[in-house]
Amino acid sequence: MTSPALQSDALLAARKLDVRFGGVVAADQLDIDVYPGEIHAVIGPNGAGKTTMINLLSGQIKPDNGKIVFDGAEISRLSPARRSQRGIARSFQITSIFKEMSALANIAMAVQAQDGHSFRFWRPVGADDKLLGPAQAILEQFGLGERAEILAGNLAHGEQRQLEIAMALATQPRLLLLDEPMAGMGSQDSARMVEILASLKDNYAMLLVEHDMDAVFALADRITVLVYGRAIATGSPAEIRDDKNVRDAYLGEDGAN
Amino acid sequence: MMAGIMRHIVSVRGIVIVALLLYLLFLPYYASAFYINVFTRILIWAIAGISLNLILGYGGMISFGHAAYLGVAAYTVLAFAEQGIYLGWVQWPVAIILAGVVSAFIGTLCLRTRGLHFIMITLAFTQMLFFFFRSLDRFRGDDGLRIKKRSEFDFGWFELDLMDRLTFYYLVFAILLVALLFVFRLVNSRFGAVLRGSMSNDVRMQAIGVSTYGYRLTAFVIAGMMCGVAGLLMANMERFVSPAVLSWTVSGDLIFIVVLGGSGRLFGPVFGALVFFLLIEFLGDITIHWQLIMGPFLVLVVLFARTGIDGALNGLDHKLRVRFGRGQSGDEEMSS
Repeated sequence: MTSPALQSDALLAARKLDVRFGGVVAADQLDIDVYPGEIHAVIGPNGAGKTTMINLLSGQIKPDNGKIVFDGAEISRLSPARRSQRGIARSFQITSIFKEMSALANIAMAVQAQDGHSFRFWRPVGADDKLLGPAQAILEQFGLGERAEILAGNLAHGEQRQLEIAMALATQPRLLLLDEPMAGMGSQDSARMVEILASLKDNYAMLLVEHDMDAVFALADRITVLVYGRAIATGSPAEIRDDKNVRDAYLGEDGAN
Repeated sequence: MMAGIMRHIVSVRGIVIVALLLYLLFLPYYASAFYINVFTRILIWAIAGISLNLILGYGGMISFGHAAYLGVAAYTVLAFAEQGIYLGWVQWPVAIILAGVVSAFIGTLCLRTRGLHFIMITLAFTQMLFFFFRSLDRFRGDDGLRIKKRSEFDFGWFELDLMDRLTFYYLVFAILLVALLFVFRLVNSRFGAVLRGSMSNDVRMQAIGVSTYGYRLTAFVIAGMMCGVAGLLMANMERFVSPAVLSWTVSGDLIFIVVLGGSGRLFGPVFGALVFFLLIEFLGDITIHWQLIMGPFLVLVVLFARTGIDGALNGLDHKLRVRFGRGQSGDEEMSS
């Protein structure tokens, strides 16, 4: 598969990314695009390199080769913090929040991160309306307003997942990288998360890695199938469902998955 | 706001803290000269503990070399005294700044590592300084040197006589209170939020766009300078400086004071230093093998009282509040 040219209208474009961990190829000439306003889902069997791809795009891992362009500028060598400042927010497969802090303090931290440097040594954050106001508003948007004072580690699993996405939004990103946001959720929580993601779609581009096929087909505008670190197909949900290679490689021979 | 403060004071922990501060304030009325010295020493260690708590308890930086800054500041005071310079306005700022410079150097290198590596490399740097000071014949190497008199502060209209036991005690007590207020404001500020965030989850901090290295380094240097204050007070207290002041056991004692009192808890190091030294006093009276009792005690604290003395008091309050129907759902403030 030859790489398509870098298109200027893509918000994020990655080309020919290679990563090896020892002998294991985690990304192999990987191309991926995310356009403004779209949910681009990435599916693939375990070990296909989905999390590696998210880590490459968010900067936790640097590619051996290839380049990543975000909003017209190359970001391949930038640190995760720098990429976040440019507008790439992410969630982690294993929930990554500040467990010892209240839900409100979690969001306030993200608001603070967005509000310039933090070399401010005297005024207490606990009384800083510039942080708490927006933080409370975001919690309420997620239906977590009542839970503001609870320690994040004491929230229910589904709430913690929501809190993590809320934190990502508090950094005012343009692109959300979501690594299995429904992982470990019951059907009710999953449905709630689908609802939340659908509501965010107008304002944020999303790259969604997810195993829950119902969620993927409900949300995605485009789907890329990843196998052994390589994108074997990209297309609309209908195209992917009918793609023979995809059926063979992933959805199962009878497509019943 | 007021209600919140009242809730903190009307609690076992609040009462213990207020009683302790009042006890320290009026100490000279009931303590002998000997015990005033004991308490002065304890409060100086508490200041050093507070400085370590800032990075260890709120930043997760387990420095096993914090004695370095005690040593640098103490030797600075000694060096000036050897030159016949006793002016506090000269000795103190230079001692604090040198402690800051050394901590900036050590921190810049060490903070690139984490966990066990950080512990070992901070220890290694302090050991280097230890052997450096030991090798200085000018300061009599291992034997150390006496300082003729304590620092002099002459305000013209009034002279602060640190050779006076009570004056020195109250100065140390005042500095302790300032250190507590300073750390309280610091850890609750935006800067402190980043510090606590990096301890809680540094990957998450990066992912929301904060590169924490500069903040952690700044905290490391602030802690080094604060520890320098304790070091210069120590040199003044003992009027004697030897390489023992930056021995690795001193760094270990400081860690223990923080853990015993409750790491990441404002008053923790004060409780820690008091209990640690009073226990040594007390056990030392019973047997010369007091370390045989101290050792297992430390192990038990680490195993069973992970939040230290301050945390245990807080836990007690929590239980009381639950029992008497004013229970809160586990949302204790982290940094008070």
